[in-house]
Amino acid sequence: MKLTIKVWRQKSATDKGGFVTYPLDGISKDMSFLEMMDVLNEQLSEKGEDPIHFDHDCREGICGMCSLYINGKPHGPLQTTTCQLHMRSFSDGETITIEPWRAAAFPVVKDLVVDRSAFDRIIQAGGYVSVNTGGVPDANEIPIPKVIADEAFDAATCIGCGACVAACKNASAMLFTSAKVSQLAMLPQGQVERKTRAEKMIAQMDAEGFGACTNTGACSAECPKGISLTNIARMNREYFSAAVSSENV
Amino acid sequence: MILDSKIPAGPIAEKWTNHKFSSKLVNPANKRKYDVIVVGTGLAGASAAASLAELGYNVKAFCFQDSPRRAHSIAAQGGINAAKNYQNDGDSVYRLFYDTVKGGDYRAREANVYRLAEVSVNIIDQCVAQGVPFAREYGGLLANRSFGGAQVSRTFYARGQTGQQLLLGAYSALSRQVANGKVKLYPRTEMMDLVKIDGEAKGIVTRNLITGAIETHAAHAVLLCTGGYGNVFFLSTNAMGSNVTAAWRAHKRGAYFANPCYTQIHPTCIPVSGDHQSKLTLMSESLRNDGRVWVPRTKEMAEKLRSGGIKANDIPEEERDYYLERKYPSFGNLVPRDVASRNAKYVCDEGRGVNETGEAVFLDFRDAIKRDGEDNIRARYGNLFDMYQQITGENPYQVPMMIYPAVHYTMGGLWVDYNLMTTVPGLYALGEANFSDHGANRLGASALMQGLADGYFVIPYTLGDYLAKIGPAPVDSDNPEFAKVAGEVKERIEKILSINGSKTVDYFHKKLGKIMWNECGMARTAEGLQKAKKEIKALRDEFWKDVKVIGSNEELNQSLEKANRVADFLELGELMIDDAYNRNESCGGHFREEYQTPEGEALRDDENFAYVAAWKYMGDNEEEVLEKEPLEFENVKLTQRSYK
Repeated sequence: MKLTIKVWRQKSATDKGGFVTYPLDGISKDMSFLEMMDVLNEQLSEKGEDPIHFDHDCREGICGMCSLYINGKPHGPLQTTTCQLHMRSFSDGETITIEPWRAAAFPVVKDLVVDRSAFDRIIQAGGYVSVNTGGVPDANEIPIPKVIADEAFDAATCIGCGACVAACKNASAMLFTSAKVSQLAMLPQGQVERKTRAEKMIAQMDAEGFGACTNTGACSAECPKGISLTNIARMNREYFSAAVSSENV
Repeated sequence: MILDSKIPAGPIAEKWTNHKFSSKLVNPANKRKYDVIVVGTGLAGASAAASLAELGYNVKAFCFQDSPRRAHSIAAQGGINAAKNYQNDGDSVYRLFYDTVKGGDYRAREANVYRLAEVSVNIIDQCVAQGVPFAREYGGLLANRSFGGAQVSRTFYARGQTGQQLLLGAYSALSRQVANGKVKLYPRTEMMDLVKIDGEAKGIVTRNLITGAIETHAAHAVLLCTGGYGNVFFLSTNAMGSNVTAAWRAHKRGAYFANPCYTQIHPTCIPVSGDHQSKLTLMSESLRNDGRVWVPRTKEMAEKLRSGGIKANDIPEEERDYYLERKYPSFGNLVPRDVASRNAKYVCDEGRGVNETGEAVFLDFRDAIKRDGEDNIRARYGNLFDMYQQITGENPYQVPMMIYPAVHYTMGGLWVDYNLMTTVPGLYALGEANFSDHGANRLGASALMQGLADGYFVIPYTLGDYLAKIGPAPVDSDNPEFAKVAGEVKERIEKILSINGSKTVDYFHKKLGKIMWNECGMARTAEGLQKAKKEIKALRDEFWKDVKVIGSNEELNQSLEKANRVADFLELGELMIDDAYNRNESCGGHFREEYQTPEGEALRDDENFAYVAAWKYMGDNEEEVLEKEPLEFENVKLTQRSYK
């Protein structure tokens, strides 16, 4: 395959940045998208040019590190992570445009690398059950209906990649935040802190500068793990019920 | 030095209880006077950092990824073992212990393995309390499945992403402590060296991966939870960033490296599709429950297949060789990982490989689909089939899957005693980074168990004992040793940047990987190992003369990060070769062609090799010195594994 790669280059957080176009030849359709990037970077390195920086790690669709905005969509044309996207999804001669996640709360670090530590801070605000190691009941002491456990699991599969934010015209982090709020609100272990958790995580989400949710659903449509919009509805319920009844905050 | 494993006295079932009682305690009010460094935030690191912070210690946690949640534990699929015996099928702590020692081909330390089995039950309780959504039955209780090397169902799981759910549980506990101010997080920060003062570990030197700043951190103890070194093979199922650097630098500062040659090669991975390949993807070994492994009976037929002259489905039954079923009639396609991997290599070496590169065998579901229906197969393996199709572009419901073994896990690692302390006082190694629990072969669903056991339930006790002994006096961060080591780190980085040669880092990494895979992979020979040692030395020299790293230190520089890691892999590779050459026997993942039974199975030599090989670093380009820790088996009877 012969391709034209139009990619966002930005030397550092303070640099203005801009698109640079690279011709690329000899790409096999069996390559993953990131392997195509490897080939391009290898060529740049050989020429003595700075390779294009992008985040990636597990390359099997689970760590959530890869984060390319390809042809106007987070993770490209398929509903998958960038690392699981293969070149057979593109056609010979195509121009591929690659950008970093665009959101005020995810500032660019360099090229296609962004800072997603805002997500960590949202979890730190309350995305846990406050139990210390040891001294917990036997794992089978509290039965959990299978349907509840399965639904909690579906919410828990979020990989924290940030595609939801990148897909949203408001750069809202509602899908990410609601996935964790939902998981713990559904499980008996999460009940004690249920109200404060919703309030604190949402407060942190707002403080980080993520936008508001207008329920257009782009987040869920682009989520590589298919996290459902139902979670946002559930988080809204959790939030309102906490607001009228919370005895903690 | 005589290696003292510090195994407590007494019957095996009482060792850990007695040891916990005889360990010194740190007074609750004094815990806040101690600082602890945890490097790595996978299962072992996150669980250790969280648990120690809960106790009151001040923890600094480091990871090279942008968030602690990205550590490669997240990619573990299958499950986690625990001797809960919820199934009433005869499981017990003793049975899990026994299975693990046997599965490790009798090269693990009994006392450590027993403790692992003992605390396994607490891990499940802990994770459930954190909100980890394990699979459940309709009655609401936890579900189990069975895994290789065991005859009981003791594996807890969360669909095909157990590692993700366990890691997110540990990450949530860690996040809670960050919010409490007891853990300070250092993401995108890589450990570059260990600082010792008067022989004891007192801190680390790090590189901030965004700014390039070289920083020093002082603490009363340092915990390395930095995972395995499978990426020495270039291609592995490890994440791209997984590396040996932290462990290797610690090794060069005096921590012995144990059993480096023990590598686990997983039989069911998606084959290499070309030179561009950057990593390999594992598919759960559960596929071998229904898939049948085969290659064409003759080389001629395989050639026809490779050139496109015939399709897999058109090869008649009598032309197919279901070699595992043929050679191992009682276990068939479900032989252990090492046996399945080795046999795939044999048939491909014979020229009977089935893909373009000649390095793949079929895993065929045709008969299972005929027997059980496509819907049933989809219900069992749907996500794996989808993943396969996404990566290869082929539909495994219609054509057989192609698989080939790939490096997956490293049983070797830093030598630790019963307290998980390395040979450097105050320096600990947890999880895959240490060597202690899996012997020469790890059983499925045991890696998650070990990482969490070390972090949640072992280190909080054993570290306290050491800290109580050294006392809470602050570590002098102005000690000149910090500046000295930081200076050495800077010098090394400058050296790498100044070479300005003609070859990229990947060029060297790929070459190293090829040498390791060919000579120190699934089958090894004395001759091949000696050849490989020479090649690695030459490659290392070439690296330091001709590598090209673009850019500077004072920026995000992924080439420089890689170069730093590959430089260490180039040294580790040679040690793995030395260890494999020294071990004149075959055991578990270490198969020396000279030592096999007449049927071609691994032949151990318990008389001469029932020991842990611990290697001591002697200086740049010096031969490392071997120290032996004899393995004593008081509870488990050593036998020859047979799967006929």
